[in-house]
Formats: sequence, structure tokens, C-alpha cells
Amino acid sequence: MRHTINLLLENKMGSLSRIAGLFLSRGYNIDSISVGDAAEPGLSRMTIVTHGDDRIIEQITKQLNKVVDVLKVFDLTMEPFVHRELVLIKVQATAGKRSEIMQIVDVFRAKIIDISPQTVTIEATGTEDKVNAIINMLRPFGLKAVSRTGRVALKREFQGET
Amino acid sequence: MVVVTAREKTKQEAVSKNGASFHGKTLTGAQIFVRSLIDEGVDTIFGYPGGVVLSIYDELYKTPELKHILVRHEQGGAHAADGYARATGKPGVALVTSGPGATNAVTGIATAYMDSVPLVVFTGQVPTFLMGNDAFQEADTMGITQPITKHSFLVKNVEELPEIVHKAFHIAATGRPGPVVVDLPKDMLISHAPYYPAKNRDVEIRGYKPIVKGNPRQIKKAAEMIHAVKRPVIYSGGGAVIADAQAELTAFAHRANIPVTTTLQGLGAFPETDSLSLGMLGMHGTWYANMSIQEADLIIAIGARFDDRVTGRMADFAPKATIIHIDIDPTCIGKNVAADLPIVGDVKEVLNDLLPLMTPCDTGAWLKMIDKWKKEHPLRFKKSPDVIKPQEVVLALSELTKGEALIAVDVGQHQMWAAQYYKFTQPRSWLSSGGLGTMGYGFPAAMGAKLACPDRTVIAIVGDGGFQMTAMELATAVNYKIPVKIVIVNNGYLGMVRQWQQLFFGHRYSHVEMAGSSPDFVKFAESFGAVAYRATTHREMHSAFEKMMTENELPVVVDVRVNKEENCYPMVPAGAALHEMVEEDQ
Repeated sequence: MRHTINLLLENKMGSLSRIAGLFLSRGYNIDSISVGDAAEPGLSRMTIVTHGDDRIIEQITKQLNKVVDVLKVFDLTMEPFVHRELVLIKVQATAGKRSEIMQIVDVFRAKIIDISPQTVTIEATGTEDKVNAIINMLRPFGLKAVSRTGRVALKREFQGET
Repeated sequence: MVVVTAREKTKQEAVSKNGASFHGKTLTGAQIFVRSLIDEGVDTIFGYPGGVVLSIYDELYKTPELKHILVRHEQGGAHAADGYARATGKPGVALVTSGPGATNAVTGIATAYMDSVPLVVFTGQVPTFLMGNDAFQEADTMGITQPITKHSFLVKNVEELPEIVHKAFHIAATGRPGPVVVDLPKDMLISHAPYYPAKNRDVEIRGYKPIVKGNPRQIKKAAEMIHAVKRPVIYSGGGAVIADAQAELTAFAHRANIPVTTTLQGLGAFPETDSLSLGMLGMHGTWYANMSIQEADLIIAIGARFDDRVTGRMADFAPKATIIHIDIDPTCIGKNVAADLPIVGDVKEVLNDLLPLMTPCDTGAWLKMIDKWKKEHPLRFKKSPDVIKPQEVVLALSELTKGEALIAVDVGQHQMWAAQYYKFTQPRSWLSSGGLGTMGYGFPAAMGAKLACPDRTVIAIVGDGGFQMTAMELATAVNYKIPVKIVIVNNGYLGMVRQWQQLFFGHRYSHVEMAGSSPDFVKFAESFGAVAYRATTHREMHSAFEKMMTENELPVVVDVRVNKEENCYPMVPAGAALHEMVEEDQ
């Protein structure tokens, strides 16, 4: 089963490689990994998407917790959480194709952020499904390059009594 | 409990006086480094100099109170520091140069990592402005050691050095101990900073809070589970030794009346002279220990990790038992075997909390059955008047030292015979590379242990193969007058490999014979200035051992020629279940 794991860790020399190395040396899978500054200065937040049976996921969260630089580990999978992925897609677009591409961009509420005589570059945000869908829609035009961030996620806050 | 000897106390006072005089002064990184070691109470370091650490060696020259042992190879240095740590529980310290110095230490670091040994290894590094340029003697030490360390630091600001040293010692020694590497670029060692000792500052590492106290509800549940069963077994591992929990474990077993089997790494945590002792379990464990596990209805795992050498075929391990698993490292629980009741905490603390809840269990019939097994299936081997059996070597040493010596071993048959036949009565008396299985470990580890415990008898029982991997350290032992005893169980083969080739590869002895090409160990040892004897008969062996025990200044090597093709039994063949063990040649 796919799990989304959120980490808060100290932004120290080698902390990212320690976590990536842990997955490598213990044979765990990384579907995606994304990291950046957290709210508190000096800390990073990392989102890892991985898969495995319950025993492996339990080992992954325990092993991550054991890394000295890691402050907190949350497996978001079993609770409500929000997640997004951002993608930049550079697609072949000669003048004749541009309007067709722009229609697709509109439908996905994406944006064109760069344009050249031969290409347009599109920014899209959403769930992996949506990102996959827009990539698939643009594929027939000729993909020049695709750059995806992987999933970033946060726990959804409690909404009060319903 | 930490016992402060009078010597340590005067030393600590001297140190604090010294420390005060350096407080706030501007020092070089090398000076700060040496001061920080003294602040941590380090008395001995094992090292080997080289280009980028010259400035540290210049400070060591001026700091005689910090004893530096010059080894012959960095692997030996790391193993010696490891032996020092296992014998005392205090972190062992090794200092090596960059590049090959660091890579040579890697085997020693990996050995310590697998067996949870507190080690702090300081590695020199090329200057920060050359890092990544493939400079002379540059290696990515942080990268290479990352999977085999508990943590590592690269010093990028000399002002942080005291704090990094302090954190390194803290992380190495607390929780589940392990090796920590501190990489010291050359420019950090020669630049200046004001020195503010970090020793007495509280260590604040936000992501590092080992759990020491066990959950009281889980502990109460454990007591209930234990009282409800008829055939419980305590399966105690290296964690009980590391936690110094011999007294608690012994009290617990006796209060509850439960038999105890220890792992290879757990030897010494429960006296083997005790009637409740089952000896070691696993691949070369006793028949009755393995059968007790297979018949048990409850296994209480204490500081053990269900290693594959212990469990045999996992699917048939302890088929009738529920499992209580106590360990300080949450990742150990549920890794190999699912625990019915996990308790995370320091073994000593948990046992202390569990003890008052225990009353004697109804194990009379169970213990009677085990006693019957002990009588019917004792550890055994066939004696011969003509040739020394390797088991007899260990038995002779066990008797001669009353089970009170510190025994260091290499890896292979002699290691298993030592584990089976030496009657350990004290914890921290067994130095063995159980996890990584490092040949060449025993002798240098024995040196480190002897330096840490000068009043104890320290014997390295080694094979003729493993000894040759680190035998050059004889020069170190002679140089510093470290009177360790080295007993070579010499069968002329890489015995354990030969045994497997005999049993599972149709007697095809592929590249395992050492006899024709090994040195004359007596002449070899004597050429270093060590004392050496050879024993080919029982009488020569006993006489050599007696002479060996009277030597208090120099290392002694005894080359004992034993039966060449003796096999180690009982044996659980690879892939078999514990109860499918083989007791003798078929």
C-alpha cells in the first residue's frame, strides 16, 4: 500500500543523504521525495511517498525516527491530509498548435509561464492524478521535458464538530 | 552504575583545573580538540598519524596525560578502541588520518555498529577548500561511513568543535550505543577560536531522545502474561550486557523461576554456573536451549534482536510461543519476529520495574523436562589421548581462570567453541564480533580491553586464519607492554568454512588450507619480542597455559596444534529449524 510520510528534520550537513541512504541500504522503495525549508528556521520538511506492507512501513517510520537529525515522523496515510504536486511541462508548440494547448491549460487551471517560437512551458498544480492527466493530454503534441516536484503534504486540521 | 575510581577522580580534578586555565582562551582547532577529549574524561586513544592530522599529533606530543597508543593498522586501532569500550561501557576513541586512514578504519566501525558498541572515531579530512577536488588522501568519509554509524559530524566551523565532540560522545554512549564519526578538515585544526568547554553544558539534540523507562501498563501486562504460562524461556541478548543488567536479570529469573538462554552477544549477562542457565542458543547453541525455545509457550526477549543465526528457519521458530520483546531500540521490535507484547526501554530499567510484580511461576514440570534434556543431550565431543581437541583448549582456559577472564575471539569454529565451553560468570567478559563476523577482531580488541582493565586477565582465543589478519599488532602489544594472552586454536584450516565444505559441498576443500603457508607462530611472535610457546600434546598445553598466566609484562602467544578436522556441534544447518539441529558427524 502507498504511504505518505511527513518528516520534520534539522537542516544539517548530510541529513538528506542519511535518509535517502536509509531507503537504499534497507531496500525500501521511494516513489517520491520532496524537501524544503519548514516554518521554523533551520528545519526542513520532507514528504516521502513509499509503499510496502504494514511491517515494512512500520520499520520505515521507526528507522526514520531513529535518525538523529529527524525531529518528527508522521505517517499521514491513516488520517485526513492535503497534498499537491507541481509540474513544469515543456511541450512543442508551433503557432498553429498553441490555441489547442491553451484550451487544455485552461481546463486544468494551469498556467503558461514561458513561450518560445517552438515551445510553451506550462505550470500545473494538483494531485498526482491531475498532473498525470495533463501530461497525458499534452503528450501528443510532443513533450520536450517534464519536471515534477513529487508530492508535498500536510495533515488536515480538525474542523470542529460536524 | 558508574564507578569512579580514585585514579579517575584525581584525573578529573586535574582536568577541571586544566580546563579552567584554558577557558575562554584563543586556541587552535587541534588544541581545542585535545582539550575537549580530556574534558570528556578520555584517558586512552588508539591512533595512527598522517598528513592532515599532524597538528593534532603535535598537541598530543605536548599532552602526556592523554595516552596515545600507536597501532600498526587503523583497523587494529578501531578494534582496540572497540575492545576498550566493550570491556568498560565507556566510549572507545580512535584517531586516524584522511583517505586510507579512514577507509582502513571502516571494518572496525562496521564491527562496532553491528554490535552496538560506543565508539568515537575522529578522522582527518583534507582542508574544506579542497574537499571534492580529489585532493591527495581525500575520501568521502561521511559518505562511506554513513550506513555504518549511529551519527556523524563534519566540522565546518572551529567554534563548534567542543560542542560537536561533546555531542559525539553523548550520542555514542546513550540509548542503543553505536559508533560516531567526526570528520576533521585540516584547516579547522589550524584555525583559531576561543575555547569554551562543552562538557558540562546540557546536550540539546532535538531529534535524539532515547526512551529509557518502559511503559508501566505494558510492564504490568507482561507480568500477567508471564504468570499465566507453564513453559516460559528468557532469551537474553547483548542488550542486557550493554545495560549492565546482570543483577536485575539474575534476580528476575530467580524470582520468577524461569530458565535463561543467552545469545552469542549476551554471554556473561547471566552466570552459566547457575542452574537456570541453558547456555547459548542458535546455530551452534546447546541442544536444550534450542529445544526449550521450540517447546516454550512464552519467550521473553531481553535486549535481543532475533538474528537469523539465532532463529534458524523463521517460519518454524518457537512455534508454540507468544513473545514479549523488551528493547531500547524500537526498530529492533517487530523487525524479524512480530512481538505480541513490545516494551521499549532500557533493559535494566524495565527489569527493575518488572521485578516487584513477579511471583514464582509454576514452572516445576518445565524445569524438570529441561533438566532431563540437559542430561540426555549435553554439549559433548570425543576425546583422544593422541591429539588435543579444540574444545579442550577452551575447557582448560575456563578452569584455569575460573570463568573470570575477559575472553576476546575472532570468528569461526574457535569462536563457537569458546562460546560453548567457557563458563562465563561475569558480564563484559566476552568480546566477539557477533554481528559483522570480523576475522582479525579478537587480538586487537583484547589489547584495548587489557589497557582498560589492567587488573583482569585478558585472553584472545583466535584461529590460525583470523590471527594472521591483524597479527602485526603484536608490535603494538610489545611496544606498550600490554600483557594479553593469545591462544591460537591452530587446526591449519579456515575451520568453519572447511566444516561447511565437508558437510554441504562434498568434502571439496576449496582454498581453506592455511597450514602449509602460515608462519611458524612461535618464531613469528618471538621476532616481535613477545613470549611464545607451542603445544602439541595435552601436557604441553597445560604447561604452556600455566606459564602464560605468570607473564605480566609482555604478550604471550601459545600455538596450540589441535585436531585438524574437528567439527563444531550441535549445528543447525542453514535453512533448518532449531529443532532440526545435528549433534555429531553423521
